[in-house]
Amino acid sequence: MSEKEQNFTAKKSTRRNFLKNSGLTLGGLVLGGAVTSLVVKDTEETVTTSGPAHSANQNETVNHNKALMFFTPEQYSTISAATEQIFPETEVGPGAEALLVPYFIDHQLAGAYGLMSKEYTKGPFYPKEATPLFGHQTHLTRQDIFVLGINLLNSEATKRYEKKFYELEAEQQIEILTAVEADEVELNAATTPSYFFKLLRAATLEGVYSDPLYGGNKDMGGWKMKKFPGHQMSYANMVEKEEFVEIEPQSLTAQHNH
Amino acid sequence: MATTLPKTDIVLVGVGWTGGIIAAELTKKGYKVVGLERGKTRSTSDYLMVHDELRYANRNEMMQDLSKETWTVRHDPSQRALPYRNHGSFLIGDGLGGSGEHWNGLTYRFMPYDFEIRSKTIERYGEEKIPADMPLQDWGITYDELAPYFDKFDEMIGLSGEENPHPDMPKIKYPTAPLKETPAMKMFREAATALGYHPYTAPAATLSESYTNKDEITRGACQYCGFCERFGCEYGAKASPIVTVLPVAEKTGNFEVRTESSVRRILHENGKATGVLYIDTKTGEEFIQPATVVAVTSYILNNVRLLLLSKLGKPYNYETGEGVIGKNYAYQMTSASSTGFFEDKEFNSFIGTGALAGVLDDFNGDNFDHTDLDFIHGGNIALGHYGRRPIANNATPKGTPSWGKEFKDASIYWANKYMGVGSQGSVMPNKNNFLSLDPQYTDQYGDPLLSVTFNYKDNERNQQKYIREITTNILKEMGATEVTTPGDQEDWDTTKYQTTHNTGGAIMGADPKTSALNNYLQMWDCENVFIPGANAFPHNSGMNPTGTVGALAYRAAEGIEKYLANGGGSLV
Repeated sequence: MSEKEQNFTAKKSTRRNFLKNSGLTLGGLVLGGAVTSLVVKDTEETVTTSGPAHSANQNETVNHNKALMFFTPEQYSTISAATEQIFPETEVGPGAEALLVPYFIDHQLAGAYGLMSKEYTKGPFYPKEATPLFGHQTHLTRQDIFVLGINLLNSEATKRYEKKFYELEAEQQIEILTAVEADEVELNAATTPSYFFKLLRAATLEGVYSDPLYGGNKDMGGWKMKKFPGHQMSYANMVEKEEFVEIEPQSLTAQHNH
Repeated sequence: MATTLPKTDIVLVGVGWTGGIIAAELTKKGYKVVGLERGKTRSTSDYLMVHDELRYANRNEMMQDLSKETWTVRHDPSQRALPYRNHGSFLIGDGLGGSGEHWNGLTYRFMPYDFEIRSKTIERYGEEKIPADMPLQDWGITYDELAPYFDKFDEMIGLSGEENPHPDMPKIKYPTAPLKETPAMKMFREAATALGYHPYTAPAATLSESYTNKDEITRGACQYCGFCERFGCEYGAKASPIVTVLPVAEKTGNFEVRTESSVRRILHENGKATGVLYIDTKTGEEFIQPATVVAVTSYILNNVRLLLLSKLGKPYNYETGEGVIGKNYAYQMTSASSTGFFEDKEFNSFIGTGALAGVLDDFNGDNFDHTDLDFIHGGNIALGHYGRRPIANNATPKGTPSWGKEFKDASIYWANKYMGVGSQGSVMPNKNNFLSLDPQYTDQYGDPLLSVTFNYKDNERNQQKYIREITTNILKEMGATEVTTPGDQEDWDTTKYQTTHNTGGAIMGADPKTSALNNYLQMWDCENVFIPGANAFPHNSGMNPTGTVGALAYRAAEGIEKYLANGGGSLV
């Protein structure tokens, strides 16, 4: 078993152990599911952030970007679990959670993307006339649709397994996401489950592969998997090269801090 | 109450490629030009943080703010048009330089066949080859007549190219050498040659070497950074208005650009324009800018909308076929594109420019016999090496799920192991494809939006089906272990990016009954209004349009100069 796999297993078992300790209290409050999972997240980080890059610089172990602008902790846990199923950790490399994609989505939803500031949002709306070829014809914003979608994931989880979505086993989460993607679940809103899924899938990939300045793609882990060099000034001397050129990736902070 | 400003010789509505060319040419001759640009000012220093896929490619940093103004879209006149709420099918630029800042830089010349398409089609195949609902028209100008203007555009941008080896294509002398060739482009060239086609390196406005043009503008060579189309060029290696024509116009002292100035109407009386009404979007104040000549130089959709809002020219009526403003709207197609997966290759896919491509024209225009085919025209075929960026780079072989473990591992495995061979399919006019004012939706000022009524007709769908087989064969010949295609051309999907090659709506021609503009891009119905954009194309060809737009802008600049020297009158 590789070191990466060992870390991954250790992380899983830590989560299981922690979940057994329900009834923990913090500041006098009984920890419910959402808060528990947040604390679990912190525990996971302690286990997994012991790689060479971090041990070399202890000051960087606190990432101030890891806080919420838009989601409630429970919404965060739900979206976090969903993104990890869309882009899971595999032998190839880290998944959405390790790449901090859920924070990316939270931060994006808090701003122009969530509020659709540069999009035409005037009515009237005719969602029933609009085939998917005519796009998003509803008064709902992306913020609204994510919240509706998260509620849908949790209500389906409750209906099927009497649990929250993020408490389910991977196969159960995949089963619900598959049903959402195929519009095989009911959503009483001026949008469809599949439209929510489409947004979520696209946002997950954006979080995996956008410049780390947006809060995802942690340590350029998404780019490293695809051997994408990120921000480089010139490839003029490599254009004609027959063999693949591996370049240590660089993010935009290199362009700003000089 | 609007404030009336001192009169100028020429006022430009929009400052991108066409406005910039007219500004440079006319200010050099001593005329005063005022450029009204509704977006913000811009310089190459704005592009220092440009290697950001999310901001520029996904969040459309350089594109029109649709919250203020968009278009409505539908497939045919029986439907209610719905707003294009977010950028999808096409991406229209905003700000100084317009779409000329974020373009790919692929710079072709439409073919001799294009300019005389009706005559040449009838000559070779007979009139019955043209469907009854296809208002196919000659352009009122020939390739040979336009050639000197193409030369001017090529010289100004320093076009980097290789002579097109196809025997029926014009021989062009390029100011700079072609771009470098990647291994994948070499594979394309060898495979296409083996199949008997005529591949060459696409003409590129992203310079292969440093270049100084006749206006003494010097630009450096392209660095193949992979952030080109949808992005601005921080090096100025990609030709754009802000690094070519605009500094030339400014240097004369005869050019004044007013940014954040949104034109709402062309003012006219007794068949002549008196100027334009615009709003300063910083203060909200309205101004009237009187001018001897009004040049309508924004994006084609916005040009046509301004004509309709200003009640200038006769609006097109799809039921009678009469009227010209809004007529012959066309687009392009990309559904003949195939993707080849190469198990034993690893390409440097992240390297590229928007204009780095191997291309061939064997199935473009009338370069092949259409006698036994159920369509006219065709499209170029190209292997583009534009620089793949990771959010968008997720092609996987057929049957791969679109999310989950299998998707993740496959999309990473194949990230640098596939190549696309695509086609830019031409689109012929149809009487039911047109532009008009929307009856319901409005912009931020309460003015009607422009409505785009468009769908792909049989001619187009048949053409893509035919070309798709060829793109697939080229990839197989290149050694692809698996080839996938998008399948038959479906109804127009307004949400999925296809191309920003919208054309028509205020077309040029030889007859005022069937065209809005004469061959100097001068309005038949209003002699001091010139509209030299892709709106002037009576149909859309199978290649990128900017080279032809550039030539028409030089032609219009010459027309405006003649018009001013003559003291008015029709130029034809």
